[in-house]
Amino acid sequence: MTNKDYEQLNKKASPPSKSYINIPYAFLIGGIICTLGEFLSNTYQGMGMEQDTAGAVVSVTLVFLSALLTGLKIYDKIAKHGGAGTLVPITGFANAVVSPALEFKSEGMILGLGAKMFVIAGPVIVYGISASIVYGIIIFLFKLY
Amino acid sequence: MELFLEYLKAFVVGGAICAIGQVLIDYTKLTPARILVSFVVAGVILGGLGVYQPLIEFAGAGATVPLTGFGSLLAKGVKTAVQEKGLLGALTGGFTASSAGIGAAVFFGLLVALIFKPGDKA
Repeated sequence: MTNKDYEQLNKKASPPSKSYINIPYAFLIGGIICTLGEFLSNTYQGMGMEQDTAGAVVSVTLVFLSALLTGLKIYDKIAKHGGAGTLVPITGFANAVVSPALEFKSEGMILGLGAKMFVIAGPVIVYGISASIVYGIIIFLFKLY
Repeated sequence: MELFLEYLKAFVVGGAICAIGQVLIDYTKLTPARILVSFVVAGVILGGLGVYQPLIEFAGAGATVPLTGFGSLLAKGVKTAVQEKGLLGALTGGFTASSAGIGAAVFFGLLVALIFKPGDKA
């Protein structure tokens, strides 16, 4: 990541305002996104989906909404106030995928859009999956499963 | 009333997890990318230790929508896969469990990047 990307991301997640404003905003916006998730989960289960399936479809729905709002430049506007409230939910992960993909489209389909898509998501996957593999090896060795 | 309480729990727990993220951004200089990575890894650890599942049962989407929930999903997927396939499951479980979210992010990301124009570089 170049310094400029870093600055932009940093600015996006930490608006130049005080913590006593930032933290309640993060709580509020993050809480609203999670409440929306709960509402979707209830709706899908009401349609007859099992809980696990509904959970996955909720993730897909939120990722879709976040991708769309990122494309429409709305997500970044919410993120200016929401800070970690828009970063920490799965919508923040989706935003971190879509935003650089869109921004670096001009550098080409392969090394621009295709590669830059993983600037943030890549590390998340690398360390998340690796942690889960370590966990898997531990429970296998000590028969904790 | 019961439904209201359910939404309230999702709101408060989800909001609190996000507020922790904001505290980390404001007071530790952790970059957003590091926050994302830390929350997913923390979720794997908390899920693996079995302490995250009770939070999910309490708060529903308030615990599953934040990235800690994504991490706990990885741990859960690995556990199921190890039960079914032994050691191989340690490698496959995380991807299996996260495939819907990552697949969606990649595919919708591609579509949006193709359809929309990049914003003004502010």
